[in-house]
Amino acid sequence: MGLLSKKDSKLILDPLADNNPITIQVLGICSALAITAQLKASIVMAVSVIVVLGVGNVVISLMRNIIPSKIRIIVQLVIVAALVIMVDQVLKAFAYELSKQLSVFIGLIITNCIIMGRFEAFALGNNPWRSFLDGIGNAAGYGLILVIVGFFRELLGSGTLLGFKVLGDPIEQTGLYSIGYENNGFMLLSPMALIVIGLIIWVQRARNKDLIEE
Amino acid sequence: MGLKQNLHKLKEKYKGTKMAPAFNALHTFLYTPNETTHSGSHVRVVDDLKRTMNTVIMALVPCLLFGIFNAGYQHYAAIDNSLRLDPVANFFTMDNFLMGCITVLPLVIVSYGVGLLVEFIFAIIKKHEVEEGYLVTGMLVPLIVPVDIPLWMLAVAVIFGVVIGKEVFGGTGMNILNPALTIRAFLFFAYPTWMSGDKVWVHGAKEMAAQPDAISGETILGSLAQNSEPIYSTWDMFWGFIPGSVGETSTFLILIGALFLIFTKIGSWRIILSTVLGAIAMGLIFNGVVNAGWIGEGSKFYGLMSETWWHHLIIGGFAFGAVYMATDPVTASQTNKGKWIYGFLIGFLGIMIRVFNPAYPEGIMLAILLMNVFAPTIDHYVVQGNIKRRMKRFKVKTA
Repeated sequence: MGLLSKKDSKLILDPLADNNPITIQVLGICSALAITAQLKASIVMAVSVIVVLGVGNVVISLMRNIIPSKIRIIVQLVIVAALVIMVDQVLKAFAYELSKQLSVFIGLIITNCIIMGRFEAFALGNNPWRSFLDGIGNAAGYGLILVIVGFFRELLGSGTLLGFKVLGDPIEQTGLYSIGYENNGFMLLSPMALIVIGLIIWVQRARNKDLIEE
Repeated sequence: MGLKQNLHKLKEKYKGTKMAPAFNALHTFLYTPNETTHSGSHVRVVDDLKRTMNTVIMALVPCLLFGIFNAGYQHYAAIDNSLRLDPVANFFTMDNFLMGCITVLPLVIVSYGVGLLVEFIFAIIKKHEVEEGYLVTGMLVPLIVPVDIPLWMLAVAVIFGVVIGKEVFGGTGMNILNPALTIRAFLFFAYPTWMSGDKVWVHGAKEMAAQPDAISGETILGSLAQNSEPIYSTWDMFWGFIPGSVGETSTFLILIGALFLIFTKIGSWRIILSTVLGAIAMGLIFNGVVNAGWIGEGSKFYGLMSETWWHHLIIGGFAFGAVYMATDPVTASQTNKGKWIYGFLIGFLGIMIRVFNPAYPEGIMLAILLMNVFAPTIDHYVVQGNIKRRMKRFKVKTA
């Protein structure tokens, strides 16, 4: 990457794989289980978190030298809350159906551990540009897992992807349903999301033995 | 040269290679291993894992045979209702047996084929010997599913159950949940239309549903959940001439299996007895609630709640679960006091879920899975309590 120095690109790429917020740090699991039954919801959630964390990290980083450290948590909360409400309002205005479907989970981005974690651990001690990259990277790592889980859950649970029928009917000749295939209702329930995340963790650690904890 | 010598030769040939576990497993399954210890002092026991597994399978064979006859009987009796007037005379017939074989044997073959394949693959990847763990699970699975379950669904469920229920925890003996019940629970939540309702328990009912001569075979729990009287007599329920999952209908044969397991000391009588006690306790509570007039006939729980308490023991999968599933030595409590608590709660919760959850008209499966999760906790507190008591006694003595 010519645009970014090696150190900077590491900020973005690391959380995507070897330091993934969900599979390695095991943060942000709740929303990953709750809203991944459909791919579309997963993507919207991922984008929302990217916006909130990217902008939030920059804001915190700009203010880092003037926030008294005793009240920094409350300042961080105010900033996340403001950003989340903005995202929520935008969704309500332009994608009402989807925002109803995501219901409280957009609001609950405030409590997403990844966000406060990155504010505390990174934005408070780094310049805005690096904080921005870190925010985008971590949110994208979170979003990546959401999209993978959402992909499998919607494909196997409903037989659709982004609402379009994939398995069976539209392609008459390969219609899986006519030979007895049925959607797996278990995929639509949250426990299966946990199992899918578990399988991702399994695959990841089997490929990279360094990640296995003692 | 016989098969035995051939196997020995193959085993030597593949020793130390990737495929070694596969041949070793085949060999130990069929013959006594040829490399036993000859000298020195060793503790010798006959009830190794293989013997334990085989004993349970022997206890299950009557249920399987009965299930085969019952699959055929239910099919023909649903078409011609007059057969039900004299179940005994119309039960052990060649027609029933053949029809049963056609429907039940594929389930057994798929269960064993897929499950053992997964075990072999894991043994080869993880480079350990194939364990006998799946022998009992593979036999249990066809007995606890509806007769018409599509084979591919069964295969998917078996893969899920063996991988997620057992292998991720480290294989045989390490699992938290009973693998056979994991497989059934997966089917239950994934494909509910094939696992509940009145069309799945009798072979052919689902295909004929749209036709004028549609047949239906509601389970007793199913009709009770809808507040209607079941059409079967108590003796039918006891002997097992009723629709249900393949091998769980005959309480009589399960009782014989239970005695056999207790006699051979494979199954724990404490668990079986306490499970029955728990179910009786819950049944009596529900009967008491109905008798006190707290629940009217209009309530949707009335049918199941007013069922005589001891009927709960002979309908549904209760007996089968209590004898063959709850006693699984790996997933049950290990301490004697723990076994009493564990079993009692299975019976108690099983009947409670059965009554209060008409959408899933069988509670024993969920109750056993739930208690499997709690079994280590129960053991922990029993052991801690024991330590505390002994410490106290120790202090008194030394003081």
